[in-house]
Amino acid sequence: MKNAIEVRDVSMCFNLSKEKHESMKEYFMALIKGKLQYDEFYALKHINLTVEPGDFYGLVGLNGSGKSTLLKVIAGVYKPSAGYCNVNGTIAPLIELGAGFDMDLTARENIYLNGTVLGFTPAYLNEKFDEIVDFSELRDFLDVPLKNYSSGMVARIAFAIATITKPDILIADEILSVGDFLFQQKCEQRMKELLEGGTTVILVSHSIEQVERMCNKVAWINKGELIMDGPTNQVCAAYRSATK
Amino acid sequence: MSKREKFKLYLQDFWRYRFLIFYLISRDFKLKYRRSVLGVVWSVLNPLLMSLVMYVVFSSIFKNLKGGGIDNFAVFLLIGQILFSMFSEGTANAMQSVLSSAPLLRKVYIPKYIFPLEKVTFALVNCFFSLVALIILMICTGCRFYWTAFLAIYPLLTLYVFTLGIGLFLAMATVFFRDVIHAWGVFCTALMYFSAIFYDPEQMGAEIQKFIKFNPMYWYITGFRKCVLTGEGLSQNMIIVCGGCAVVSLLVGLQAFRAKQDKFVLHL
Repeated sequence: MKNAIEVRDVSMCFNLSKEKHESMKEYFMALIKGKLQYDEFYALKHINLTVEPGDFYGLVGLNGSGKSTLLKVIAGVYKPSAGYCNVNGTIAPLIELGAGFDMDLTARENIYLNGTVLGFTPAYLNEKFDEIVDFSELRDFLDVPLKNYSSGMVARIAFAIATITKPDILIADEILSVGDFLFQQKCEQRMKELLEGGTTVILVSHSIEQVERMCNKVAWINKGELIMDGPTNQVCAAYRSATK
Repeated sequence: MSKREKFKLYLQDFWRYRFLIFYLISRDFKLKYRRSVLGVVWSVLNPLLMSLVMYVVFSSIFKNLKGGGIDNFAVFLLIGQILFSMFSEGTANAMQSVLSSAPLLRKVYIPKYIFPLEKVTFALVNCFFSLVALIILMICTGCRFYWTAFLAIYPLLTLYVFTLGIGLFLAMATVFFRDVIHAWGVFCTALMYFSAIFYDPEQMGAEIQKFIKFNPMYWYITGFRKCVLTGEGLSQNMIIVCGGCAVVSLLVGLQAFRAKQDKFVLHL
């Protein structure tokens, strides 16, 4: 069976220009003076990772260690500077909830807009509309512009849209930290359902307890380098002792 | 992967996101007229009023200079106005489209050309509304309708493709240099005066005539007028220039855009 995700020797390099040249004059001035230097910053260094279908994969690491960058490479937002990343199947990215939302539109309009951003057809969205609304528990606010919503309410709608389909791969980046505990439980429940249906899930979380509770495999990243990957209990134990 | 397979994937990707373009256009449309009493009527009213202003200006103050001697100057003017504003609106919005969708592009994978494409298509939709204004004006001024009017779809659609190509290029350039936004505004104003919107170049000197013929906009606008206003239809030159400019612009724009699109997300 094909692997769900293969990350092979992926490096991601950002040019941290000291001064960002946003105008042509500045750019050419710097070019003439020979000051057009960039600080190269490697957010990921030679990462190798294999995720098998049906895995519930956790990513742990401190802030700025490259977890989100790795997720964005997998989701296709970034193209890696070196190496490659193979993904087999459809991806539902939950990198930041409500990324495709237009705050001036109502929730109803946003469900269709965001749904098509994720590649669904309007007919499919019509069919699933009630399911989305029921899951988010926001039926009374459907025709209110999103700018009047609280962040928790936006998160509910976004999670509901992204998980109505049965994606092959679900990418979740710290999304569970928003919303109240009831909603968090509901999200965990939904992710487990998806997992039982054969979806591969990748989860980034700062809550090591949550990772231990939900994942079967974990990768630990520090400063762009893969420190360790493998079964949850081993990696989590090493991570705990290292960060104490 | 062979080139053919890649192209097939490209088309599949486009097909998958066709509804997104539709919803983005409908969003733009809703937001444009939200909280206005007349709403969509403005789409028709706006070009009518704009051309009224220009009509008054050019047929009174500059009467001896230009405008004089042109049959049905009001319709003549409105055609130039509609086509040029489609071009300037389309390019200006497409130019900013990638930048303003930065929050989305940083988080989800979407083919990036969707955004310029959507903005230029939105300009085309607006242009169709303006055509309603044109028909109203033609009826009011007792203008004759010719069967060649149907041929006007050719300059209109080639102008759409031409605008799309330039829009793609500008969108790409803007990501790296924000100067483009300011420079393009000035350039568009200059271009407007050389597009034969409110004068007929045939009334001007031979020098200026030659010069103006280097401007593609002149060809699109004149082609449209020959179809709708005078009933002469399209000359062979017009077909070649309109089509040629569109194809060249699209190829250059698309190529430039594709070459740089993977770097966009790092500069947004």
